[in-house]
Amino acid sequence: MKAEYDVIVVGAGPAGSMAARFAAEKGVSVLILEKDRDVGYPVRCGEAVSKAGIEEFLRPDPKWIASSIDKFSLISPDGSEVIIQFSETGYILERRVFDYELAKMAASCGAEILTRAYVSGLITEGGRVTGVKYQFRGEEKQLRAKVVIAADGVESRLGRWAGLKTYVDFRDMESCAQVTASNIKVDPNTCYFYFGKDVAPEGYLWVFPKGNCSANIGLGVSGLTGKKRSAVSYLNSFMEKNFPDAPTLTSIAGGVPCSVTLERISAPGIMLTGDAARQVNPLSGGGIISGMIGGSIAGRIAAEAVISNKPDYIMTYDKAWNDRLGRRHEIFNRIKNGIYNFSDEKFDSIAHSFLKVSKDKRTLGSLFRTALFNQPSLLLDVAKVFLG
Amino acid sequence: MLMIEILPGKCDFCGCCVGVCPEDAIELKEAEIRIIEELCTNCCKCVWSCPFETLKFNKKETTRLEFES
Ligand SMILES: Cc1cc2nc3c(=O)[nH]c(=O)nc-3n(C[C@H](O)[C@H](O)[C@H](O)COP(=O)(O)OP(=O)(O)OC[C@H]3O[C@@H](n4cnc5c(N)ncnc54)[C@H](O)[C@@H]3O)c2cc1C
Ligand code: SF4
Ligand code: SF4
Repeated sequence: MKAEYDVIVVGAGPAGSMAARFAAEKGVSVLILEKDRDVGYPVRCGEAVSKAGIEEFLRPDPKWIASSIDKFSLISPDGSEVIIQFSETGYILERRVFDYELAKMAASCGAEILTRAYVSGLITEGGRVTGVKYQFRGEEKQLRAKVVIAADGVESRLGRWAGLKTYVDFRDMESCAQVTASNIKVDPNTCYFYFGKDVAPEGYLWVFPKGNCSANIGLGVSGLTGKKRSAVSYLNSFMEKNFPDAPTLTSIAGGVPCSVTLERISAPGIMLTGDAARQVNPLSGGGIISGMIGGSIAGRIAAEAVISNKPDYIMTYDKAWNDRLGRRHEIFNRIKNGIYNFSDEKFDSIAHSFLKVSKDKRTLGSLFRTALFNQPSLLLDVAKVFLG
Repeated sequence: MLMIEILPGKCDFCGCCVGVCPEDAIELKEAEIRIIEELCTNCCKCVWSCPFETLKFNKKETTRLEFES
């Protein structure tokens, strides 16, 4: 280990490892600090990603792909099932291996990694972040860095310590429960989504196949729902009703910040990325790819700031992110707010009208059009997504 | 006066509660969670957001502030 680093990344999830890789690639010194013993474990994730999203950064490898997806099945509250076939595929990852792979890629570019290192505070001088305080094997330590990248996940506290407003409105936090279960007899190439107030109010339930009759089955509900009934209670009811004989391999809790990105994701000496910056797609709740994109931008800009010796160059990160995805997420968020208010009857009537569309014309686009007929006010927001 | 209780054995250390706490009053480590009494305002947002029913609001003061697995 060095006495100080150009860039310190906190958190070894997808966003942190990508930030470290993109910074290290440019030749600056990088250290990742991760509080857990193992990179990639525990897995708090449904593990679904798009193929195109992955391919932007690495070549798909069977060792971290549990299954390939080419169909979506959407199930409305009355049980009507709409199946959509894709030409583009997606994957269900084995994130335990995938996260490891991303960290190894960062390491092979020169980044160092220290696990079991809990970051407990920031060093600041004259309003600028100049390093981190951390606990490692019972000892309190400090390390200085030119740039700190906070990739510390949904539970992020680093941004607040730097004076940014980072907490998520409890209504926008999808609180999630998920099991990985076996003996789940579903199509191995289809992702299933269930909607409705009995299943997952203001959210959805997913069944993502992982091969060998196992699947990730989970759901998210907003904090507003959580006031009355918890995520795990909804999940238990669903499992009892639909998969009563499915042994549980793992069971996890988790939170997904389904909101727009934070107003500020950089401040002097510090940048935020991934869940910590609330860079999740607020409509789908997917944060792997968007976190990797955010991390790659943050890492690149951090390295450029160090190399050019212009510390304030890191503040260009906010705009770079907003241009790439941030503004899209604002629109997705408005669509989410529209859809989450749909009643069960509306979901049913969308499914019924969609089932009248001939099979070969059932695409996500035509589903969207059907949904829009039911909620014309969403049209404007959707138009904005497509017009950029 | 802290009125939020951490029920033993239920926490999954997922961080959902930390993400919604407006006061930065929750400290979460690998398998350790603690509510920082001086910062907590008993607003209950963490209770509503916990997927696993780990947190509980009590009308009187709680004594159990931390839990380690
Ligand atoms: C139930 C569930 C299902 C999901 N399903 C999907 C899905 O199907 N597809 C998808 O794309 N996304 C999904 N997501 C979202 C996705 O998991 C996250 O968006 C993604 O993991 C974010 O990556 P990240 O690198 O920002 O954070 P994380 O992967 O959470 O990594 C943050 C890291 O920081 C570490 N850390 C935190 N604090 C500290 C500290 N103080 N010191 C040191 N280290 C620290 C943590 O230990 C952790 O390793 C799901 C989330 C949940 C909860
Ligand atoms: S108290 Fe609940 S929300 Fe907080 S870390 Fe534990 S399980 Fe997650
Ligand atoms: S009650 Fe409110 S202030 Fe206290 S820990 Fe929970 S969310 Fe934070």
